[in-house]
Amino acid sequence: MTPVPAGIVVVGASLAGLRGAEALRRAGYDGPLTLVGAEPHRPYDRPPLSKHVLAGELAADATRLPELADLGARWRLGSPAVALDRAARTLRLADGSALAYEALLIATGAEARPWPAETGGGLAGIFTLRGRDDAAALRDALVAGPRQVLIVGGGLIGCEAASCLRDLGLPVTLVDPNSAPLARGLGTFVGGVIAECLRASGATFRPGTTVRAFEGDAAGHVARARLADGSTIETNLVIAALGATRATGWLRGAGLRADAGGVTCDAACRVLDAEGAPCPDIYAAGDVARWPIPLYDNRLIAVEHWGNAVEQAAHAARNMLAGPGDQRPYAHLPAFWSSQFGINIKLVGLPEGADSVAVVQGSRASRRFLAVYGRGGRSVAAVSFDQARWLPAYAEAVTAGDPFPPITDATDRPRVEIAAPGFPPPRRPAPTRPPAETVHV
Amino acid sequence: MKPASGTAALRVVVDLNRCQGYAQCCYAAPDAFAIRGHEILFYDPAPPADRRDAIERAVQACPVRAISLQVGPDDGDAP
Repeated sequence: MTPVPAGIVVVGASLAGLRGAEALRRAGYDGPLTLVGAEPHRPYDRPPLSKHVLAGELAADATRLPELADLGARWRLGSPAVALDRAARTLRLADGSALAYEALLIATGAEARPWPAETGGGLAGIFTLRGRDDAAALRDALVAGPRQVLIVGGGLIGCEAASCLRDLGLPVTLVDPNSAPLARGLGTFVGGVIAECLRASGATFRPGTTVRAFEGDAAGHVARARLADGSTIETNLVIAALGATRATGWLRGAGLRADAGGVTCDAACRVLDAEGAPCPDIYAAGDVARWPIPLYDNRLIAVEHWGNAVEQAAHAARNMLAGPGDQRPYAHLPAFWSSQFGINIKLVGLPEGADSVAVVQGSRASRRFLAVYGRGGRSVAAVSFDQARWLPAYAEAVTAGDPFPPITDATDRPRVEIAAPGFPPPRRPAPTRPPAETVHV
Repeated sequence: MKPASGTAALRVVVDLNRCQGYAQCCYAAPDAFAIRGHEILFYDPAPPADRRDAIERAVQACPVRAISLQVGPDDGDAP
């Protein structure tokens, strides 16, 4: 099929894709603009899906994002990109059509890691929670009144879902391999607070074990989980909250540095080819992009957070329109929020790899506190539980690379105690080359 | 309930990294914004069109400019 001239093509009709497209128009780009989306929906907001949509307070389709510029775009929704031919500057879509691009902004994001088929993944009643349709389907299943819900994985999505389901009065068990929820993101010292919240909510928390397999009934519906410790849990609704893999399958064969951990960019958001040279006409932003962050020793990191999608997309768009001599590096301090068990959790920086943590305001017992993470005597992150107004001060300290702990004379806590943050060991032994790392929402 | 076809649709999103829980939006548009617990902001991302004035006041009242509003066509998901 003859490729359709498509101008700048944004691959991924996501938060990042939308904000990138808006930035291109705001910066004066008036050529053709095409947005390609795998789902049939205009860009929508994900954070409410695991909270208010599950709770039934918002319909899944209420999450459509405001479009904050006159995009004048051509939308190609419901047909994902399947192949990229850089030599021909052509993008092929699943419906067989082809787009001839002048420049490409890759914002395909990430996909929920599914439960493996060989251990029961095909059974009815096993859900993942990533997209709008996932949330709508899961909400319908919750309304039907499941006997016993099992959540696999105590990351942010698993914990938000557990909180929501307990509010709905549903029986919930959460299984996580670590001793506390949120261990990989925040460490067990802070995650222990959420373990207490889980139990206080009436959920059953099963730490330190994993689900080996799911078994179904005669109708092919999930009936029970077999755990690594030999026990079984009866369940007829499972939420597999196992994190995400970056949506880069369509880049196979494109000669770019891309794999399930993301697509590698330089500091200016330009995608690197297989030889490590930046492509002048291909940029990436949001969950799918990993890039060297100077604040964290230039480790290649993909930041799967809302704020990064917004800021990185705008930055990439700016650089797309600038000349080769005016490519500005993207400076970003990772940040996220979550609400669960009535607590507003906010984080700045990257706690992963921290060697110390200190509560500098409030206390864990009160579930209202601010804790700072240190690595090698430097403040690298700060987390707030219902203390959000203090966080900007610590964000500045983290950005400046201040000593750890940064503020030692808070009036309500004259003596700061240092603790071990309790991060689980890495999932795989470290390879000789520095691996790409991913921060999980 | 959705407004009839051809009327404006309101779309709201709040940057909750930026939000500091000042709650000014809750005073300006109490039907669309609420603080839960100590500082969790709950808001309606698709409020009815007749709340437009109140939500525009909320956008202006936010001390950290965290609220974005689009008054767009009510075109559902139409591409």
